[in-house]
This record gives sequence, structure tokens and C-alpha cells, in this order.
Amino acid sequence: MTLDIVQMVLVTVLAAATPLILAGIGELVAERSGVLNLGVEGMMIFGAAVSFAVAMQTGSTVLGALGGAGAGLALAALFGILTVGLAANQVASGLSLTILGLGLSGLVGAGYVGIKRDPAPHLAIPGLTDLPGVGRLLFGQDAFVYTAVALVAAVSWFLWRTRAGLTLRAIGDDPVATHALGLKVRRVRFLAVLFGGACAGLGGAYLALAYTPFWSPGMTAGRGWIALALVVFASWRPLRVAVGALLFGGATVLQLHAQAAGLGVPGQLLSALPYLATILALVLLSLGRRQGGSLAPAALGRVFTPSR
Amino acid sequence: MRLDLVPRTRRSAVLDILSPALAFVAAVIVGGLAVAALGVSPGAAFVTYFVAPLSEVWSLQEIALKAAPLALIASGLAFCYRANVWNIGAEGQFVAGGLAGGWVGVATHGMGGLPWVLPAMLVAGTLAGAAYAMIPAVLKVRLHVSEILTSLMLVYVAQLLLDYMVRGPLRDPAGYNFPQSVGFDAAARLPYLMEGETLHAGVLVAVLAVGLATVVLARTLFGFEVRVVGVSPRAARFAGFSEARLTLAVFAISGGAAGLAGIVEVAGKIGQLQPEISPGYGFTAIIVAFLGRLSPPGILVAALVIALTTIGGEGAQIDLKLPLDLTRAFQGLLLGLVLGADVFAGYHVRIVPGGPSGRTTS
Repeated sequence: MTLDIVQMVLVTVLAAATPLILAGIGELVAERSGVLNLGVEGMMIFGAAVSFAVAMQTGSTVLGALGGAGAGLALAALFGILTVGLAANQVASGLSLTILGLGLSGLVGAGYVGIKRDPAPHLAIPGLTDLPGVGRLLFGQDAFVYTAVALVAAVSWFLWRTRAGLTLRAIGDDPVATHALGLKVRRVRFLAVLFGGACAGLGGAYLALAYTPFWSPGMTAGRGWIALALVVFASWRPLRVAVGALLFGGATVLQLHAQAAGLGVPGQLLSALPYLATILALVLLSLGRRQGGSLAPAALGRVFTPSR
Repeated sequence: MRLDLVPRTRRSAVLDILSPALAFVAAVIVGGLAVAALGVSPGAAFVTYFVAPLSEVWSLQEIALKAAPLALIASGLAFCYRANVWNIGAEGQFVAGGLAGGWVGVATHGMGGLPWVLPAMLVAGTLAGAAYAMIPAVLKVRLHVSEILTSLMLVYVAQLLLDYMVRGPLRDPAGYNFPQSVGFDAAARLPYLMEGETLHAGVLVAVLAVGLATVVLARTLFGFEVRVVGVSPRAARFAGFSEARLTLAVFAISGGAAGLAGIVEVAGKIGQLQPEISPGYGFTAIIVAFLGRLSPPGILVAALVIALTTIGGEGAQIDLKLPLDLTRAFQGLLLGLVLGADVFAGYHVRIVPGGPSGRTTS
């Protein structure tokens, strides 16, 4: 019986962590290539709006999810053209992307406010899913969760076990040297940005199609920014992004329960906890690394322009 | 064949001014297409957005009232962004300033027209904004924590704090449980500039601040330091400029400007504390800062343009049933295009066959 309660808590924690894992893992790849895309929040919310609209129009959750990823990808392409192609400032371009994404999501989602959809179907394997204690956690999730887990493993493998991954990391550390070696710096960076956008869009789609599951304006509520913080927190390592997202998901669930229990603490303070926790995590991380120096990709946020 | 960017030896002054204008035209064209896709005549929308607000006295005042906080905040942000310091939490500093200044207004309520109340509110707002900006600044200087993330996270915290204060300690006891404070005394309000109109003295505060920022940035040693650190951190280190001190200073300036804008809004337009005191001025000001090329006079023009589109957007919502989000999307697109068009001022853009070697700029 207690095992089932533990499982129930873990399931909700995993659900709260999934959008952060998806968006965080995508941003991690972009940042590993040296591009800081601050537009995660914008790509995520646009992905949420488009995914819900597509799913409502076609009746298909899969198409909705693909639409969400595509929406994030489209915004990321815009960002890539600006920062990789035209050498625009990455910080400012990312902010413009967030503002644009918030506006566009409102336009796309306007007709769908207040409509609820059935959540994305959960896996059900007779026998396995009903296993006491672990069945629902391991065999009863929706496809988004499994995708997120698979992405963490895949990105981990790609970055450290493949030649292309090595190239990508090298470009993020020293675009000049890698360019001199004849590697396609701008192409790799552009592709990394696109991947980040698709992941962020998918994270948004998860919110609109599985987590809530409905569309409401501003529903990402800063999750894109928290995903950005997670990448720093994780020292640009995929597995740690997942761990950080789970810790964060746990904190979110805890806060919701505290709010429901009414502990005499102002609700606003509890609502502020995720943001304060993010700041605290960044501070602790920095304190713990006084000697080591920065683990960030060396060329992160710096514009590269090949020229003769 | 590929796109090649060759840095200009010096930025083109003509293109520096021309590129934001070109970006604006491009954004208007894309916006027109979007409006057409929504089934509204682009011509009618253009008139509603950009012409109609200029044709009436009340809407001209609204534009000035919207432009004032934007110009004020963006002038402060210009110092930060010039120095490559990324304070994106001006919205939170705006709220902190409005809350602290408004608190003074609430505390002095009913004490009968004391002359120091309004100055005290303005000072409290400015200091609170600057103090709130010190959190990300100190964390960056002492612990190398990214100021981008911390300043942004603190926006949410400030908004929730204001929400708590207005629903709790600062709520008007005689207000039937509405989440709002008492209305300020007349002595705690910014005076109107004209009898029976909405334009208040906050607009003058903004204009003065923009003028001050212009002089400081262009004519003082401090302004010079800010510009040098932004263009060449290495040169600044050789010159003995302290990056840490400068980071703290530009954060204090931008936070103070945002805080002042916050209390000006509360003591001017609103006249009491509410759970929400800003329609996103702190974020829109980021667009304004870049649209104005990080120079205070340019920022003043940009603030007026953005205010015009915002007022026009409200008109379009009423007259043409166009959603407000269209304005936001337009503003985001505009910022992106301005940043993209900037490439022409800084680089010769050429289409050339490939050739190895490269360089980075920050």
C-alpha cells in the first residue's frame, strides 16, 4: 500500500519533470555548440499552442506533438538565421524570440481557450502495468515521458560517443580552430539550434496535450527559463539535466501539496519557491565550484563570423 | 557559394540609422500579411495602428504616458547592455519600485498634504529598484552566477510579493476585501500637466532622465568606461577599469530607472497599489532599448513608436477585432528584424566562394 503511494508521488514528479527534461536537453545541445538561445520560453509556449490547435483540428495527439515540435523548430530557424547567419547578438535575439513566441501562441491559441482534450494515452501492457509498486511508473507512462528518457540517453551517447558529437562540442569550445580545420561551424550550430527548438516545442506540446491537458495563455509559466537554468545547473551534461529536472519536478509537486494542505504560509511564497530555488541552486553550484573554473562551453554566447 | 560577413573597419553611420528604419518597414509588411491572413484589410489596420492614435488629443496623451516608462526603463538598460551586462529583470525592478514607493503613499495616507510625501515616494521607488537589481549584480560579481537567469527569476518573485502585499498587509481595510490599497492623497500623486487631462508630470521625469542619460553616456568618464567595456573588455582591463564596479553601477542605474518608472506609474496613472501595476513595461523596454540602438535619444523615438503601436493595438482590438497578441508578436518580430538588420551596419555582407580562416567577436 505505501509502495503505491510512493509510486504515485514518483509518477507526478516525473510528469512535472518531463517538459523540463525535453526543453533542457534541446537547449543543452544548442549551448554545447556555442549558441545561447534564450528563446526557450517562447519556443515552448508556441509549441504548446500549435500542438493543441493541430491536435484539435486533426484529432490526433501524434500529429499535435509533431506540430508542436515543428513550431519550436520554425522559431528556432528564425533565431538561427539571426544569430548564426547574420551574427546578431544572441541574448537580444533570444529575448525577441520569447516575445514573438508569446505573441504568436496567443494568436494561435485564441480559439481554443477553455477547451479540454483527453490526455495523451498512457502505455498499458497487461500484467506489467499492473505490477504493484513499479508497474505504473515503468510501464504506464505516455509517449512523451519515454521520448524524454530516450532523448537523454541518445544525446548523451551522441555527444560523447560519436564523431559528430565531438565536432559539435569542439565547435562550442573554439569555433575559430574548428573552422580552420575545415569543419562547418555555422551549419553545425544551425542544426543544433534547430534541434533545441524542436525539443522545446515538444516540451510545450507535452504541457498542452498530456500534462494539463488544455491550452491557456502563458501556460508555460517560466518553465522555459527554468530549463535554461537547469542546463547551467547540470554543467552542460545530459544526465544531470534529467536529475535536475526530477529534483525540480519534486519541488514543484511538494509546493502544490503544501498549497493544498494550507500550512499557513502565504500561497504567493509557495508559488515563488520554484524561482527562488532556481536562484539558490545556481548560487550553491557556484559556491561548490570556486576552484574549478567554468564548465561552460568556452565560446558560449559568442558570435562567429568566418572571413578571410 | 556562401554568405560571408566581413567586419567593417568602422560602423557605417548612415546604416546605423537606416537599418532600424528598414527593419520597421519589413516588420510592417510582415504584419500586414498577418493581418490579411486574419481576414482584415491591411490598409485599414495600418490606419488604426499607426495613424488613428495620432489624430486625437486623448490618444496622443496615452502615447506619451505609455512611452514615458518605456523610455525611462530603456535608458537605464542602455547602460547595462552597452557594458555587456544582461539585466532582463527590469520588470521586477519596476514592480519593486512601485511597491516601495506606493508603501510610502499608503503609510502617509490621511496625514494631510505633507509636501515631502511625493519626493519621498519617488526616492523610495528609485532606491528599491536599484536595491532589487543589486541581487543579481552582486551574485554575478561575487559568485559569477549568470545575471540573465537570476534577474529574470526575480521578476516572478517581485510580482508575487506585490500580490501578497496588496492582498495582505497593504490592503485597504475599508475596501470590501478588494485586492487594492487605499487611494493615495492628492499630495502623493504626480500633478497633472493640464487641467482636466490625463497627462501627468511623470512624462517630464522621463524626458529629464533621458536627457541625463544622454549626457552621462556621451560626455562623462563613466559613460566612456561603459562604452569601452562593451566594445573591448580587454582594452578596458588594460585601462584599469574595474569590471565588477561597473557591473554594480550599471545594474544600480538600470534598476533605479526601472524603480523610478514603477513609482511614477503608481503615483501618476494608477493612484493606488494593485496586484498588477505593469502591462509588461520592463520587457517591452528591452525591445525599446535595442530599437533605439542603445542610445538615449534613439530610445526616446523608439519608445514613442512602440507606444504608438500599443495604443494602436488597443484600437485595433476594439475596431477591427484584432487580438492584442498581434501587437506583441509584431514587437517581437520587430526586435528580431532590428537585430538582423544591424548586420549591415557592422559588416560588409558578401556572397563569396568558400575560403578557410575565421574570427570571433563577442
